[in-house]
Amino acid sequence: MSHTPTPTPDSDIIIDIKGLKSAFGSVVIHEGLDLQVRRGEIVGIVGGSGTGKTVLLRQITLLTEPAGGSIRLFGEEIVGISQTAANRLRRRFGMMFQQGALFSSLTVGENVAVPLREHTRLPGRLIEEICLLKVLLSGLPADATHKLPKQLSGGMLKRAAVARALALDPALIFLDEPSSGLDPISAASLDDLILQLRESLGLTFVMVSHDLDSLWRITDRVAFLGDKKIVELANMQELSQSSHPLIREYFSNPRARAAKERA
Amino acid sequence: MAEPLITREGATPVIQLKGRWTIENLVQLQKESHILRSAEGVPVTLDGAEIQQMDTNGAWLLYQARAALQERGKQVEIRGLPTKFTHLLELVSKRLDQLERPSPPPKQNIFEQIGRALAVQTKDILGLLNFMGEATMAFLRSLANPRRIRWRMLGKILEDTGVKALGIVGLLSFLLGIVIAYQGGVQLMTYGANIFIVELVTITMLRELAPLITAIIIAGRTGSAYTAEIGTMRVTEEIDALQTLGIGPFDLLVLPKVLGLMLALPLLTVFADVLGIFGGMVMASTVLDVSFFDFLQRVPQSVGLTHYVVGIAKAPAFAIIISMVGCYQGFQVSGGADSVGRQTTVSVVQSIFLVIVADAAFSIVFSWMGI
Repeated sequence: MSHTPTPTPDSDIIIDIKGLKSAFGSVVIHEGLDLQVRRGEIVGIVGGSGTGKTVLLRQITLLTEPAGGSIRLFGEEIVGISQTAANRLRRRFGMMFQQGALFSSLTVGENVAVPLREHTRLPGRLIEEICLLKVLLSGLPADATHKLPKQLSGGMLKRAAVARALALDPALIFLDEPSSGLDPISAASLDDLILQLRESLGLTFVMVSHDLDSLWRITDRVAFLGDKKIVELANMQELSQSSHPLIREYFSNPRARAAKERA
Repeated sequence: MAEPLITREGATPVIQLKGRWTIENLVQLQKESHILRSAEGVPVTLDGAEIQQMDTNGAWLLYQARAALQERGKQVEIRGLPTKFTHLLELVSKRLDQLERPSPPPKQNIFEQIGRALAVQTKDILGLLNFMGEATMAFLRSLANPRRIRWRMLGKILEDTGVKALGIVGLLSFLLGIVIAYQGGVQLMTYGANIFIVELVTITMLRELAPLITAIIIAGRTGSAYTAEIGTMRVTEEIDALQTLGIGPFDLLVLPKVLGLMLALPLLTVFADVLGIFGGMVMASTVLDVSFFDFLQRVPQSVGLTHYVVGIAKAPAFAIIISMVGCYQGFQVSGGADSVGRQTTVSVVQSIFLVIVADAAFSIVFSWMGI
């Protein structure tokens, strides 16, 4: 590995994965996977299809239990964690799913209110005000609060999903293919939003993405998945010059080269 | 109560903000915010140096308090607030300053609600009639060109709605036969008219109960499946895909289902007739001393063929109702997955309702005709 991470104090490491192993039946997806994410970073996860990017994301977000190894989230071990501890931890991060996963029978405002009603004892008036604030922070117009998800465009849907992820003011947000299905303008403005939220709220982002333009533009470091582990964790510039055959292949196609030139 | 987060010490006009201005403390903050709102001093000075933690909710509260003070014509100075919290306050201010409060959708009064519900229902019924018309046209077109009928699809539907439903239809009509024979038999026994159990069970089963119970089971089992299948295809845009490929959704999805059920339901009704009467026979022989032989010998003597034919004749009509409502409600799905569930419920309720209405209509017509 060409990149040696600069030593950071432990408290600044928000996600710490060591020796992670995951398998479906006899098919091993990850083996001996290590990854560290520092506070305030935007980290991308890339890799060919079937390398287990989404599986990794699901394991960190407590949706799937890994077969072995250790994942520490905010310094707490989550492999074999109890249900109560897991639920406590779940309030500290937000997740934006690929298709938004907004509850389709609820308006955007009610969607944002779901975690607030579940996890806080705030009076209804206050929850409405806070939901409105979160909707505005995600860059949606105020009248979007009363709309149903099916009345929103793709870009607005993603923003609404961000608003719901922001509901409890988490320090860490996971994004699964944030720009998939978006036109370049909406994708770029979603990138702006992510940068802006990091800047103003000091959030940490971990995103699985195939959008090379967005990776070049907003990530601090990118973890390249392949051979069942993180092949390399570096910024895009370093990664694009890597000598590892898998990474070379990934960056050698015309689309990747074009994205690099644009960046 | 925890440590106060907003305090004013003695006579000093400076208000101290301290502690964690986060969502956990939001209720307490809001309770204490009256101190801010009623503050005096020119300018009103807020000291934020001791705020340890602030999230967007804390920033929102501070923004609200400042706005309330400014509305009273006060000048506000916030000092000592750590830079990162100042940024946060600025971000929240920037968003909220531009806010034009959305007016919540207006409430409807009772008359408007009734009117709207009526309009929706009327549209639904007209839509169903329209749909049946379109299906009929599609059927006539495919009669002109029988190669367009999807025979394989028809076979599959016959298997799914007919063969696979035999178990439940048979079991339920058998049980129904037992119940009728028992309830009726107890009364007949007191008059010593045990043998009339044959007429009782056979006529009620053949004419009414077998067609009805079969239709109701199939409405719940197959009608709902039709709605869910077509509805899901609408959500995933498969119906649109069919249209762009030049395949009429009626030809592929509706006609085989309607034709399949029109064949399957009468056959299932015959099966229900047999099992229902068998249930009655079992009960008659064990409780009423009417043997299988006596029972079966009496059926052709005392029960006319019309009862059987009348029962079977109703089945295709029920089949049309169930399959049309099922398919129509499937096409009514719009938007997301929740709509599929809603339309499926509507489909089952509506088809059972219409089946029973149709059954009543049949009774009236048959009594006019004297059968």
